[in-house]
Amino acid sequence: MSDDSSLQSRRNALKCLAYGGAGTLFALSGGVFTPIDLAMAGTDKQGVARLGKPLFVQISDTHIGFNKEANPDVNGTLTQTIDIVNGMAEQPALIIHTGDITHLSKPAEFDLAQQMFSRLRTTEMHTVPGEHDTTDPTVTEYFNRFGKASGNRGYYSFDHGGVHFIGLINVLQFKPGGLGTLGADQIAWLTADLKGKSASTPIVVFAHMPLWTIYEPWGWGTGDAELLMDRLRRFGSVTVLNGHIHQIVQKVEGNMTFHTARATSYPQPAAGEGPGPGPLKVPADQLPKMLGITSVSEVKHPRSLSLSDTTIA
Amino acid sequence: MPNQQKTHMTLRRCRSWLTAAGVAALWGIALCAPSTAETPDPNRILVKEFMFMPNTLTVKAGSTVTWANMDDEPHSVVSNTGLFRSGAMDTNESFSFKFDTPGTYHFTCSIHPRMVGTIVVQ
Repeated sequence: MSDDSSLQSRRNALKCLAYGGAGTLFALSGGVFTPIDLAMAGTDKQGVARLGKPLFVQISDTHIGFNKEANPDVNGTLTQTIDIVNGMAEQPALIIHTGDITHLSKPAEFDLAQQMFSRLRTTEMHTVPGEHDTTDPTVTEYFNRFGKASGNRGYYSFDHGGVHFIGLINVLQFKPGGLGTLGADQIAWLTADLKGKSASTPIVVFAHMPLWTIYEPWGWGTGDAELLMDRLRRFGSVTVLNGHIHQIVQKVEGNMTFHTARATSYPQPAAGEGPGPGPLKVPADQLPKMLGITSVSEVKHPRSLSLSDTTIA
Repeated sequence: MPNQQKTHMTLRRCRSWLTAAGVAALWGIALCAPSTAETPDPNRILVKEFMFMPNTLTVKAGSTVTWANMDDEPHSVVSNTGLFRSGAMDTNESFSFKFDTPGTYHFTCSIHPRMVGTIVVQ
């Protein structure tokens, strides 16, 4: 971005970030979704207003219960995130949490997370679990609290404002040594769910692990996601949202936009840097630089989307 | 599952002595579990740097195998057949399972499924 005022507002936004990440705001503009940085949403209200009414905010990887050096205060950074969302001039209709609500699937972690989420002015929240949410021996803690929407299957759909939302689960069926898996049952359900839908219906798909292969050695992908894409390709506007990797990676392929959100908890290394995708420890003053800022996407024309990433440093 | 047991090796008071978490992890073993450090348990698998070490372990029937997580990231130990499932082991936590029947038992980390290992029970 060469625009000085834009740069300045990004710097202001950075001050708000201070320590933790925020979420990602999506605004529906001309039928196409535009992710913009949430910290900017808190400070650049005019910019947000230009994008239209926010439809939903994506929060991801809150990891309540994490207490290591990479961020000893994940509660604080989630609180900060919630404050930013609550401070938005126009409240989003929905919140979508793309998983790893907790760090260790402990009841107390889920309880605290729910208590914190209850502060959100936007009360409608939709979730999918991350692999950190399903480690309890009976895999019931997540579903006892968030399973109702999906009949405890983990996958479900709903409509809002003419947009069809699909929440998927790809953290239960792992092939050892392999990627996440959706599984035949879920694909069959999805096929039926999309049957008869008009191709002009905007589709939002959200799951925890990336639904395209970002880095296979670290399991950053979903082994059978291609079956999903086959069923989505006919739609004019498809937005695929994930968390899991604690950093923004995005791509556009035809009418499909893929985007992974930042965490609110701690950063992770870039693909392949270090022994594995664990918490990335950085000096506190370096952390904001690690978080970066998602560039505002400019919609040039309905049905077209321009995405770019801008780092803070 | 009566013969599986989760133990928490981390003592909070040890942690309070030390400021750096990485140092605490190392000293936690030395200070709090000296017997482990002096006589390594042959039936112990370290979970470190996103690997099971060793990733194949041969034991006699009736042996108890212990997995100990040394990473800052939680890991789990899940049997491919559903025989055992640890739950998330945080840093310095461990999980034990007693293998009574000879056979080959494959396991994975449900949080990082590329992490796999095998117990051979003779």
